[in-house]
Amino acid sequence: MTEQGVYKDPTSGEYPEYLIDMLKELTMADGVSGDEKPVRDFIIDQIRDRVDSWHVDNMGNLIAFKKGTGLNRKVMLAAHMDEVGLLITGINENGLLKFKAVGGIETRALVGKRVRIGKERVPGVIGCKPIHLQDAAERKSPVKKSGLTIDIGAKDREQAEQSVAVGDTAAFAYDPVEFGEHKFMAKALDDRVGCVLLMELFKNRYPFDLYGCFTVQEEIGLKGAKAASFAVSPDTAIVLEGTTCYDLTGTSEHMMSTRLGDGPALTVMDRSVISDRGLYKFITQTAEEQGIPWQVKRTISGGTDAGRIQVSGTGVRVCTIAVPCRYIHTPVSVMDKRDFFHALKLAEATLAGLNNWLRETYQNQSGGESNV
Amino acid sequence: MECRELLKKLCSINAVTGREDVAAQAISDILSPYCDEVKIDAFFNVIGLKKGQGENPRNVLVTAHYDQIGLVVTGIDENGFLRFSAMGGVDPKILGAQEVTVHGRRDLHGVIGTKPPHLISPEDADKPVKLEDMRIDIGYGAEQARELVSVGDVVTFKFPAIELKNNRMAGRSMDNRSSVAALVEILKELKRIRHDDNVYVAATVQEESGLVGAFMASWHIRPDLAIAIDVCHGDMPDAPSDESFPLGKGVAIAVGPILSREHTRACIGLAKRERIPYQIDAEEKDTGTEAAVYSSALEGIPTLLLSIPAKYMHTTVEMVSLDDIGATARLAARYIAFRDELLQEGDSQ
Amino acid sequence: MFDTIKKLVNAFGPSGCEKQVAEVITQMIKDKVDEIYTDAMGNLIAVKKGSGKKIMLAAHMDEIGLIVSYIDEKGFLRFGTVGGVSPLIALGQRVVFENGTTGVVWYEENLENMKDAKPDKMYIDIAAKSRDEAMKMVNVGDMAVFAGEPVEQNGRVISKALDDRVGCAILAELAMKRPETDNEIYYVFTTQEEVGLRGARTAAFGIMPDLALAIDVTRTGDTPSCTHRPVVLGEGPAVKVKDSSVIAHPRIRDRLVDCAKENGIPYQLEVLERGGTDAGSIHITAGGIPTGAVSIPSRFIHCPAEMIDLNDAENTVRLLEAFVKAR
Repeated sequence: MTEQGVYKDPTSGEYPEYLIDMLKELTMADGVSGDEKPVRDFIIDQIRDRVDSWHVDNMGNLIAFKKGTGLNRKVMLAAHMDEVGLLITGINENGLLKFKAVGGIETRALVGKRVRIGKERVPGVIGCKPIHLQDAAERKSPVKKSGLTIDIGAKDREQAEQSVAVGDTAAFAYDPVEFGEHKFMAKALDDRVGCVLLMELFKNRYPFDLYGCFTVQEEIGLKGAKAASFAVSPDTAIVLEGTTCYDLTGTSEHMMSTRLGDGPALTVMDRSVISDRGLYKFITQTAEEQGIPWQVKRTISGGTDAGRIQVSGTGVRVCTIAVPCRYIHTPVSVMDKRDFFHALKLAEATLAGLNNWLRETYQNQSGGESNV
Repeated sequence: MECRELLKKLCSINAVTGREDVAAQAISDILSPYCDEVKIDAFFNVIGLKKGQGENPRNVLVTAHYDQIGLVVTGIDENGFLRFSAMGGVDPKILGAQEVTVHGRRDLHGVIGTKPPHLISPEDADKPVKLEDMRIDIGYGAEQARELVSVGDVVTFKFPAIELKNNRMAGRSMDNRSSVAALVEILKELKRIRHDDNVYVAATVQEESGLVGAFMASWHIRPDLAIAIDVCHGDMPDAPSDESFPLGKGVAIAVGPILSREHTRACIGLAKRERIPYQIDAEEKDTGTEAAVYSSALEGIPTLLLSIPAKYMHTTVEMVSLDDIGATARLAARYIAFRDELLQEGDSQ
Repeated sequence: MFDTIKKLVNAFGPSGCEKQVAEVITQMIKDKVDEIYTDAMGNLIAVKKGSGKKIMLAAHMDEIGLIVSYIDEKGFLRFGTVGGVSPLIALGQRVVFENGTTGVVWYEENLENMKDAKPDKMYIDIAAKSRDEAMKMVNVGDMAVFAGEPVEQNGRVISKALDDRVGCAILAELAMKRPETDNEIYYVFTTQEEVGLRGARTAAFGIMPDLALAIDVTRTGDTPSCTHRPVVLGEGPAVKVKDSSVIAHPRIRDRLVDCAKENGIPYQLEVLERGGTDAGSIHITAGGIPTGAVSIPSRFIHCPAEMIDLNDAENTVRLLEAFVKAR
């Protein structure tokens, strides 16, 4: 399976720690949509000896290539490097910074948080009016996003401008924490989990040509995936993601989306894509055969690069393997380490059997056509 | 032609989004004196080429959409009044008591009226008027109206551009004819300075109805750099300060996730060096302009977005400053010509 | 025409599962065209070869439906919508799965306001007594469509899925007529239109036609106290001016009107405020494809019982035949 050490069953409590360490480091790198460079540099460092070639395109997508040993088919794996964050949009007279959210962030997740801004990672905090000073009406009403500001401690605009500029991005400044039973908290699990999985999968060589696309700007509209899939023009693609999980007490079963600990989640349908039925079936069968726990995403919600990839060119067969993350798109997203390792196992097992599936599916012609 | 007169002329052209076919030639005639060649494509994008003097010229694409919002006739009622729907983002609030031109079998003068205050009850006065309840009065009875007008005919607002203080002008279609005026000024500037690269100057279609023209332009031209020119919100009393820009303070350079970091940095550097007044427009989403198309087109095109502040956007009294048009054009042209110097200075992506 | 429509609406084909519909169409037309194949998205593409212009005619095979997202311990199915299904209209309806399992759609009755009846407060009952029993009948991820037999009455048809099986029927009928022309005609039966005009995008990219027409239904404005719309049932195919996904290319729109006038075919002009068609993704494919649309007037779109006029359908075939022969 993997080069470093024996792969022990994660439910036994023993994990290949190096993967968790890798995830820690990768989540500590900052890469708000449009400013993915620190994440990309880290990944290039890790994979340069595992791939035949790699390049960075005009948008910043990192596209790595590993030639196949026989089967003339192109498989694309995608994970996005960008995370949700903030964009500094103005600097007030009093030195406070106005901002807008890059990607979907709920206002309630922003109040009372630490951020770091720009290349220099200037620290700042998002404050709000103390409860003592709020009148009755204010206490009952939600906070308005437009009223929030970042305070870097500057006394006026001039001082602030020495450290930050309009157009800088700010990421949540939260360090990863392992806690509870098998739990792991970090910002940007969406989608550093996918990136780590993809880096790991490059350790093997497969019969088919493998294009690993670490995409940009997913959180603001699946943009990087559009350019990457146009360039690669794959036959099949599997997207590795972090997905929503809201399995708290009181949530109806069908509204949870996914449950922590139930294994990697497969998507039949979300708002961006209906997974290729054949590929979905193949992946679930693989999971069953190998005894890998898995779950189906229970809500038809959200969107991923899979949607953008599917409709590129003459069409791509796609499916998504995702790690459930509670509190996704906040600084304190939480995953279960077992789900993460099972996702890796599932991805590895899928790729191991994929060439047979590809052969069957594309048996009639070349170039993506078949009698369905 | 001076910018003032050029802008007046551009604003008088009727090119409702999706019906640019009637205006393409006029736009082409305006661009052609400054280009080596001009083409009108199957969708009525007008694409001019000014060749570069370099040995290995790259391709730069500068675009400004020339379509405007308007209305479309959806029915003629039994009294000859016309029902209508919007073409592009039209706010029903601006329609009351407006003069329009209905482009039927011939151009017809029309009026969208409102109920006189004497007949409006206090409750009604507070309610917004719905577009589907409004009618265009062309002064004809049903039979004649049906002869002259058919479902699908487009309607434009009648509001010739007027000059105001401070070098400002107001009228309909400043979104985006002010940018088209900037295109002409860019071409004029490029005639004065030496530039290595081929510059494709494109007046594009259907931005207001889905950024359509941009798809065609990027596919066929495949530039190394795309510069989109559009309008952004000018400063108004109740607009948020980080989403609106004072008139007369220069071109708004957009920064944000979909714009090329490298190029925006270099462009700001150039503006400083050349003392071209500029402002920074932080865009956290995809900007809602053609820049959104270019940045992820094909394998991705490095994109810049330069905007001219315009107050009262999508109304009949859109207002811009001629100074800002000048600043936009000067910055764009000089960036095209001199960017390599500045790109070397800055750190790369 | 009714028989063709009947065969097509009876085929099971929610977005992403159009195989059955594709098979029915293939049987109908495979001997009348030069080539027929499907692509990676499941689009069915039939070609009448020629040396002239490449014309793409697109009608979508998929219908709206419901997708099972979760099966609770009592055997009730929770669902999401596939395409534009109005929860209120689905309420109390009979739905059917590919394997014939029938279900009833209902809602959590302690809801205070009917307006809050959204899919997360609704469920499908397939008469299973437990999760285990339900799982013998359906799986999470399975889709169901509205049930109902098509009826012909007064020259009109009442049926589910006329959107857009009537469009498919029209294309199939046209293909079977074998129009004589030098132009190369691509009859494209697309997938996943209802969830985002998806199949048409990849089909158009693969074909790269010189021009294209989408054939779909459009809403009429001729029922009591309805929203004003210019199109009326029975007054002929509607030549599209615009909808929310596309503004028809003016030259194509003019050409369609000319064809109608020259051949004495009744026609109307269509402006649709809310609603999109495959034309919306075809026209911005690659470097742009001049695209228009011909629409079949229809009432009660996206309801279990839609209505079209058979004369409108026949006239649409005539109009398309005239159009593909022209130029």
